[in-house]
Amino acid sequence: MIIVLSKDAMAIQKEQDVVPFRNRVKEYAVKIGMSLVNQTKLITAASELVRNMLKYGGGGSTLIEVISKGRENGIRLTFADKGPGIKDIPLAMQDGYSTGKSLGLGLPGAKRLVSEFDIKSTPGKGTTVTVIKWKNG
Amino acid sequence: MGKFLLVTIQVDLYDRLALNLETDLANMVNKTGARGVLIDISALSIVDSFMGRILGNIGTMSKIMDAESVVVGMQPAVAITLVELGLELKGVSTALNVEKGMQLLHTKVGSFEDEEKEEDADDNSIE
Amino acid sequence: MSVNTSKLLQKERKKILELWMKNQLADDSLRDDLMTNEELRVQSDELLTALTKSVNDKNLSNHQSSDFDQVFEILSGISITRARQGYSPRETGAYIFSLKDALLEVLQDEITDPTELFRVSMGISRLLDSFGVTTFETFIKGREEVILRQTDEITEISTPVIQLWDGILGLPIIGTLDSSRTQVVMENLLQRIVETGSSIAILDISGVPAVDSLVAQHLIKTINATRLMGAECIISGIRPEIAQTVVHLGIDLSNIVTKATLASALKYAFSITNLEVRKTVKTKTTF
Repeated sequence: MIIVLSKDAMAIQKEQDVVPFRNRVKEYAVKIGMSLVNQTKLITAASELVRNMLKYGGGGSTLIEVISKGRENGIRLTFADKGPGIKDIPLAMQDGYSTGKSLGLGLPGAKRLVSEFDIKSTPGKGTTVTVIKWKNG
Repeated sequence: MGKFLLVTIQVDLYDRLALNLETDLANMVNKTGARGVLIDISALSIVDSFMGRILGNIGTMSKIMDAESVVVGMQPAVAITLVELGLELKGVSTALNVEKGMQLLHTKVGSFEDEEKEEDADDNSIE
Repeated sequence: MSVNTSKLLQKERKKILELWMKNQLADDSLRDDLMTNEELRVQSDELLTALTKSVNDKNLSNHQSSDFDQVFEILSGISITRARQGYSPRETGAYIFSLKDALLEVLQDEITDPTELFRVSMGISRLLDSFGVTTFETFIKGREEVILRQTDEITEISTPVIQLWDGILGLPIIGTLDSSRTQVVMENLLQRIVETGSSIAILDISGVPAVDSLVAQHLIKTINATRLMGAECIISGIRPEIAQTVVHLGIDLSNIVTKATLASALKYAFSITNLEVRKTVKTKTTF
């Protein structure tokens, strides 16, 4: 069972919001004592997902939560946009697939960097990505 | 001849700034006729796919302008994350620190310029 | 006639403690090698005092009550220390259950009304049972912590990074490489590369029992990360059977420098760092 210990919401509208958001994520990761490597992985994943949200969803809202499950603590990030959504999620999760001009590592790369990854999307309505990084995961 | 550009990235950049760096650097290489570009990223706490792409672009770009480029000072946590992300930065030369990067540039640019081995490093820090 | 359990227990605290101590000392499971009788008395007194202070007729039937928080806290502390000291679960259990015996004995002496005796005894009995459960829970938790710490230690010890030469690091890998271990190996290696300013790392896999595609993938990841840092990575200790499986599995190691032995890897490392090992000719020296 997952218990939420603290919650912090942040809206992402423009590129300049990205760095403050990353710093906020880092603050929480440091607070729960996450190792430097895991912090870096989490922040990199967050950076990829926020960029996706800006680029394809036209911005949206993020939620940073400190969670606890049994003896493990972790950070859960939620990225929700009201963009066009993703039609074919398995395709979007493939390495090297991109509708833009990027390397196509955003979604699959972010998934490899976190402990748990969940994506829900309704075409025309928007996309919500939730990731969890456990302190020792 | 034999000029090297030293770029120290001191803060985490958002995408637009990183793109500016790419453009500025291309112009600088052209203007100064530098033979080598050294990019110090030791202050970067993360390198994501976008920043990785910029680093790769700078490498390729310098190459076709006849300059060598070396990325130095990547943090261990950043390197581990990049590998996990699936980004190998193929075609980008790396070195442990500025000193070692300079050595590498000297060997790459070639020994025939040995006589004028002055390190005319231009500090082009981005704030 | 209703009995005031709280008052009764507080009044008889001394007597209960004596009885409890007597029970504990008489028990076969007493570990006077791990704790002196005096320490045991202090520990028991603390727990009993906390218990007699918090218990009353209202919460006797409700052991979830927050009144007992302090008791549970002391109890958890005791169980965890015992787990670390090496007490067996039976010995730890005997500690709390001998208190139950002492309490019930005193209640029997003090309460004359059978219905009241039954009510209070049942309550105390249930309460002590829940204490027993907590004792076991925390005892096991304490043990788990010991195991976790040891696991960490083993991973730590099993991946030593040694400096072979100025600028050359060696990393003998013993045992199977799984993803969590690769993580530790990578972190240690990269950290040491930065600390020592080394430009070459030799990964010796003589002690790895088998290389399958997953292990190879982990090795390649480590090598790529080393390269990103600006250091070169050499793999040594490739046994014939490993070479064979690598080929059969179609793993591409062509971009990686591989050597059969650690010695030849070191020789190669010397040559690319422009170092030379020479035999010196001994001449007579006079002092």
